[in-house]
Amino acid sequence: MASVDLISGRPPAADAAPAADAGGAATRRPAAGIWLVGVVLPLVVAVGWEAAIRFGLVQGRLLPPPSRIFDTLVTLARSGDLATHVLATLSRIGLGFAVGAAAGTAVGALTGASRPLRRVLDPTIQALRAIPSIAWVPLFILWLGIFEASKVTLIAVGVFFPVYLGVMSAIASVDRKLIEVGRVFRLSPLALVRRVLLPAVLPAWVTALRSGLGLGFMFVVAAEFMGASEGLGYLLVDGQQLGKPDQILAAIITFAVLGKLCDSLIVALTAPLLAWQDTARDRL
Amino acid sequence: MLSIEALSKVYADGTRALEDVSLAVEAGEIVAIVGGSGCGKTTLLRLVAGLDRATQGAVRIDGEVIDAPHPAVGLAFQEARLLPWLRVRDNAGFGLQHMATAVRRHKVDDALARVGLTAHADRWPRELSGGQQQRVSIARALVPGPKALLLDEPFSALDAMTRASLHEHLLALWDESRPTVVIVTHDVEEAVTLGDRVVVMQPNPGRLFETIGVDLPRPRRPLDLGFDSAKHRVLRALDASLGGRERFPGTAGDSAAKATPATGRRRWG
Repeated sequence: MASVDLISGRPPAADAAPAADAGGAATRRPAAGIWLVGVVLPLVVAVGWEAAIRFGLVQGRLLPPPSRIFDTLVTLARSGDLATHVLATLSRIGLGFAVGAAAGTAVGALTGASRPLRRVLDPTIQALRAIPSIAWVPLFILWLGIFEASKVTLIAVGVFFPVYLGVMSAIASVDRKLIEVGRVFRLSPLALVRRVLLPAVLPAWVTALRSGLGLGFMFVVAAEFMGASEGLGYLLVDGQQLGKPDQILAAIITFAVLGKLCDSLIVALTAPLLAWQDTARDRL
Repeated sequence: MLSIEALSKVYADGTRALEDVSLAVEAGEIVAIVGGSGCGKTTLLRLVAGLDRATQGAVRIDGEVIDAPHPAVGLAFQEARLLPWLRVRDNAGFGLQHMATAVRRHKVDDALARVGLTAHADRWPRELSGGQQQRVSIARALVPGPKALLLDEPFSALDAMTRASLHEHLLALWDESRPTVVIVTHDVEEAVTLGDRVVVMQPNPGRLFETIGVDLPRPRRPLDLGFDSAKHRVLRALDASLGGRERFPGTAGDSAAKATPATGRRRWG
């Protein structure tokens, strides 16, 4: 995952390698800036696109050249509009993600740890999960109005399910042998959760949070489509209605950057907690 | 003293894993339990550890009945079962959470030194070899200072060389506080190397078959005088316990014990 390199500026596995073969680890260390390789493809596409329009090979009206998208971005940023929209979108995601992730973690932990509770709750939750979350939109608007509450609720619902599922299956599949170690040392139920269960499910939890965040971004767009006066989703709708493809693409690019940054933030924040894992961070 | 009194265990599916097993282990004694598969060795150990409940009979340590995990009893499993998110030091000190940091650190450092892992204290378990992990596991069981240490085939997954050196590490740890040790093994050589007594169990249902005293000075090596005859007595008993039907593959450790390094040895009484 290149994001780790982006944030920390060093390869993730460098300090995880056993000291015994530190020499080997050093030779495996990729050169600084190796992540730049990932930028090559989009750069080539952008330059080709720009050139095609400049030389009149294609018309740029519906497919504006990168330079015009960039101009639009700069204009939006200069006027302060971009910051307003980004802030609106991020605060919706932030709130919805926090609520959805907290609820998903709590309910997932309960159903994962208790078989009776799982039998009672899980079928219902799975049935609710099968409903496309967008289907809730009319109901949420009726219940909560067209302003922030219904938007945040939709995002929270979207985030809840992947987090719930990840935490529940992780807790239910914690190695029984490790739990037995806790029993041998006479841990109380609470200590067992704190000292064995939680650390054991941490990697799966991080993965669940990341897929939850991805869905959060998906649903913030849906939420902002259903009537918003600011936010990146509003920029998209506005661009469509006023025929400004450059504004649509500028908003899409902003989404890509924001999504990546938020995901990298989760990875970077949890990295110290997962240092014990064997190379898994490269796979996440 | 650890006393096992007329212990029986019938599992829910009707399997009679143990029937009327009685055994008294003196304080500081090392008893090795061997037997064919299905003779209830592991069941016996889990009952003594308080992890399972006996159908009949009782286990007492110094008169106190054990029916749940007990601070006086330490257990090391067949697999090291270290917690992968704790450093070696914290794994070894897992049972000492209630103690002050300084005391804990002192005890853990001491135990790690005895199993030769001082330099690895701040490593992750995944960075250790199988034998090193098993040493940490045994240190973890011994650090809280139990009166009895139970070992469930702790060296069976390791190669013969590693096993021989682990016998030394185990005895080094044992020598500090001299707890009662019950070790379950399928390796006759290991049983004779470690045990003051070797208890042979018989399967279907699991019960005691014969007890063989091993009166040899420690450290014991396979070439020592009397080692072979003790081993043969155990093998004969095993053979008889299985009704002579199958030969017990108990000589696996031969070449290993010969390769035991002579350095770092202690003298035992």
